[in-house]
Amino acid sequence: MADDKMQKPPMPASATGVGDRPKKKTFLDRHQILERNVTLLAIFAFLVVTIGGIVQIAPLFWLENTIEDVEGMRPYTPLELTGRDIYIREGCYVCHSQMIRPMRDEVERYGHYSLAAESQYDHPFQWGSKRTGPDLARVGGRYSNAWHVDHLRDPQSVVPESVMPKYGYLEERLLDGQYVEDLLATHRLVGVPYEDAHVENAQADFRTQADPESDFDGLIERYGEKVQVANFDGRPGISEADALIAYLQMLGTLVDFSTFTPVASR
Amino acid sequence: MAKTSKDKHEVETTGHEWDGIEEYNNPLPRWWLWVFYATIAWGVWYTIAYPAWPMISGATQGYLGYSTRANVQVDIEAAEAANSQINERLASVELASIPGDDELAGYARSAGEAVFNTWCVQCHGREGGGFVGYPTLSDDSWLWGGTMEAIHTTVTHGIRNDEDPDARYSAMPAFGRDELLTKEEVAQVVNYVMSLSGEPQDAQAAEAGAEVFEYNCAACHGEDATGMVEQGAPNLTDAIWLYGGDYDALYETVWNSRFGVMPPWRERLTEAEIRAVAAYVHQLGGGE
Repeated sequence: MADDKMQKPPMPASATGVGDRPKKKTFLDRHQILERNVTLLAIFAFLVVTIGGIVQIAPLFWLENTIEDVEGMRPYTPLELTGRDIYIREGCYVCHSQMIRPMRDEVERYGHYSLAAESQYDHPFQWGSKRTGPDLARVGGRYSNAWHVDHLRDPQSVVPESVMPKYGYLEERLLDGQYVEDLLATHRLVGVPYEDAHVENAQADFRTQADPESDFDGLIERYGEKVQVANFDGRPGISEADALIAYLQMLGTLVDFSTFTPVASR
Repeated sequence: MAKTSKDKHEVETTGHEWDGIEEYNNPLPRWWLWVFYATIAWGVWYTIAYPAWPMISGATQGYLGYSTRANVQVDIEAAEAANSQINERLASVELASIPGDDELAGYARSAGEAVFNTWCVQCHGREGGGFVGYPTLSDDSWLWGGTMEAIHTTVTHGIRNDEDPDARYSAMPAFGRDELLTKEEVAQVVNYVMSLSGEPQDAQAAEAGAEVFEYNCAACHGEDATGMVEQGAPNLTDAIWLYGGDYDALYETVWNSRFGVMPPWRERLTEAEIRAVAAYVHQLGGGE
């Protein structure tokens, strides 16, 4: 074999063709210069990857500029944020999207199409990719709290054709909000504009939002007028159902579309 | 070996050879190559023609001026324009006259059904069949009135919600929980109420319950217990029960009271849509 190699040293492709007819150098032939020189190949490969990287990555640094500034958006309250965690834990996003697309049928069924700004405090966002159940981007205020309790307990009792599983056990599981400060601090770390007051009062806010008898002025002051204070599940104690319903009842309610019209070119 | 393979396939090799194994230089098919180049060109054109790149101050708009937001606006405006004449008439006529107006009633029935099946059916059920805790709308028993005006007001402002200050409101006291009545008195009045439309569990208790009823319940439900629409107080003499008419359900109602909430729809629905769904509900069975 070694002999073989000695007899036939590597030759340019153009010279090994059948019949050895003379050929013009093509672009691909010239490309072989790169293929056969490892230093050149490394330099050019690096250049190509750099260009590709700039094109793909650089615009992401300006992504913030494409999100319009919308009045009314606020970070989640501690109870809502906890409810959101339960929403994620139970895999609600597998069957429910939170993204009303700008199409007439969706707007007529679910309400105004979703804005990027409406999920700006979501880490990660819950747009979802599939709807076995309906979209939930504007489910807030659409049903009473009691309906949510009935529906979580036994979805078929109010929507007979539903295939949703039962989530009654959420009412049984009580929360003490022990780590809710850390939860807020973590969200602050990834860019949610919680202030020190939000984090420091997280436990108190967590409790007062689920108790309409409590003094919730501080909660309203920190999170705004639209915060709903209620005993969401109608039972004593703060349960996972309380947190989840608090979250569901505020979805899509923050932007007032009677005063805000999105720019069409966005 | 190298020779035989060369003989068999008249294909150029790259000139590489290791241990007698040569590497063919099969070019890509031309058609494939050109499709590949075309997709690259198309990709570049696409990012110029359509909104694509986030730049320092907002994303590029694309020279075609395409915007999904503008498109959906056009779609919605076209649909609104198509129905604008009849919607305007529906929104401006006397409410009570809608059921008698063949054109409006026919339109409201289909338009109202669409609204109902989107926004109302999850609580009130198909064709207003209702569920425990969510009133049936296809009968002639009305908590807050079954005239066009009454249904229209209920849909517009809702019931016992926090969002709308004009929402219908009434709250039955929690007679047991708030210690207004003793356990015995609650049991008596429950039996009395059961006797009004059927058989009480305990006839003796029912007799005693008449007095409890007169002092505690008659103010809203009426001396004859036929209810009071102004208070949303249900008629207790029929066999229609919102939360169940058995002893346990009634005991729970009297002990803890009930507080059914309906959201206001004035912000989510247009006036024409509210009127259409009111007319639809009105014609389901028991419109007054």
